[in-house]
Amino acid sequence: MKPSMDDEQVQIPQRPLAPTGGPADPAPRRGGVLGRGEGKLAGWRAFGGGGEGVLVPQARLSGPTPWVIAIMVTITVIAAATGLALRNIANAAALDLAGGVSVQIIEAQAPIRTAQAQAAQKALLAVPGVISARVVPQAELDQLLVPWLGAGMSDGDMVPVPAMIDVRIDGAADGGRVAALRKALGRVAPGARVDAQSHWLAPVFEAMDSLRWLALSMIALLALALTAAVLLSARSALGTHRQTIEIVHNLGGTDAQIARIFQRSMGMDATLGSLVGLVLGQVAVVVLGARFAGLGAGLLAGGVLRPLDWAVVALVPVAAVLLAMLTARLSVLIALRRML
Amino acid sequence: MTGITGEIARFDNVGLRYGPDREVLCDVGFTLHAGHFYFLTGASGAGKSSLLRMLYLAQRPSRGMISLFGTDAITLPRHRLPGFRRRIGVVYQDYRLVPHLSAFDNVALPLRVAGVPERDVVQPVKDMLEWVGLVDRMEARPATLSGGEQQRVAIARAVIGRPELLVADEPTGNVDPDMAVKLLRLFEALNRLGTTVVVATHDLHLLQKVPGSLIMRLDRGRMSDPTGALRYPPRRENGQP
Repeated sequence: MKPSMDDEQVQIPQRPLAPTGGPADPAPRRGGVLGRGEGKLAGWRAFGGGGEGVLVPQARLSGPTPWVIAIMVTITVIAAATGLALRNIANAAALDLAGGVSVQIIEAQAPIRTAQAQAAQKALLAVPGVISARVVPQAELDQLLVPWLGAGMSDGDMVPVPAMIDVRIDGAADGGRVAALRKALGRVAPGARVDAQSHWLAPVFEAMDSLRWLALSMIALLALALTAAVLLSARSALGTHRQTIEIVHNLGGTDAQIARIFQRSMGMDATLGSLVGLVLGQVAVVVLGARFAGLGAGLLAGGVLRPLDWAVVALVPVAAVLLAMLTARLSVLIALRRML
Repeated sequence: MTGITGEIARFDNVGLRYGPDREVLCDVGFTLHAGHFYFLTGASGAGKSSLLRMLYLAQRPSRGMISLFGTDAITLPRHRLPGFRRRIGVVYQDYRLVPHLSAFDNVALPLRVAGVPERDVVQPVKDMLEWVGLVDRMEARPATLSGGEQQRVAIARAVIGRPELLVADEPTGNVDPDMAVKLLRLFEALNRLGTTVVVATHDLHLLQKVPGSLIMRLDRGRMSDPTGALRYPPRRENGQP
């Protein structure tokens, strides 16, 4: 006959129960909080219930946390992709323009201008370090001026247009190299104007640099906002499950065990939110990329994201998950420190 | 028996104050000896729950010294507290079961906290639920159990780890008299196996239900000693310690 509390003399089952601590080992096993030594409370199998008994039930996608994280990851992905695209544009433009020099032969008489251009081309090619010197054809110049002067206005001598020579040198066109070119042109085209192409676009590069810093600042601010959102969420969860935490605490649960429950829970929320955010962000980046590619602007063509850039963008949700888990763990540990 | 002296707990000149108010416990001193059954009595507000909270390491005193299992509990490092808590079973008046867990999972909680492998959890929990007569309700959530059933689950949870000290704070406060007696029998059964039991109650009728029990009385935060239990060695009915 099995023992029962209705018996006159109640007997406790004599099966030796697993000890939960004893005089010889009053302290919990150290160093086992993340290992196999201690109870993993977050996801045990609920025997008898047939389901997954979770100590701290979570709302998952029906709660706000994953969606807040999803929005933040979406914006961060777009900001990161924008920053990387701007960096690519700046790098490509800088590479393209670094050794570029423009020579303008400013002469009102067309025959003299043409003769000086040809002489200047020869003189430039004789300068050491000059890779090429191309006289820009008149038709090409006319085409460039059509938006400003209209068709046919630059023909002949109606509106004199300087002859242009596009020069490529090895290395950067710094002040010394430009001065050497100017000196070489002194005898054949004394009125020639020599400019490094990178000099013209310096304000554009400065603007791009500012935009890159803006993107980085946005990412940092979003990381702060994510931390704040996770802090609020963890505190709310702590408040909601305070009684359960106290029960586990009084049963001998360690701070690390309890923190791990919330860390895992937040990790799940953050993973779900980050995946949604990554997909939304990448769709936005691809659509924006296609729109900019449609502009056909030469400068923007260098902003295409490379595989390594996409890998960096893919790190955004990973960083978000790690940040969320770390924030949840630390906030719970700090809150538990206030309990005995 | 624990340690050389067999002392489970000792309080010396313990005082407890919440905020700037007067002390709720004042100059409390007593010794709990291994294997004895103690009743802690006193009117509501006398400080019974506060005293028990210090006994099961949920509260530090404002002053005085507390020794548990031969170790100074006041200066005990925080990381060692869980190990000591696992040696103490606690039964609350309001049961404090985890509401979304089944009776089985609530009873299994101490074993899982201690990291007992899952294969070693099932049978002891079933045995314990059978002992408290609830093996057929092990899948039930606390909200679907009666007050008496919930308290039996709470007792099963408190004793499944075979604690050296069982602390029960008004365990019979929310159950009918018949169930109260049955619950006391569970505590007696555990006490017979060597567990020191401390039951706080304001119901004086319960005291006579456990022959040989020792009585501590709190009166407005101060301890009195009607049975001599607080002395060392404590005085028993037959005059033997």
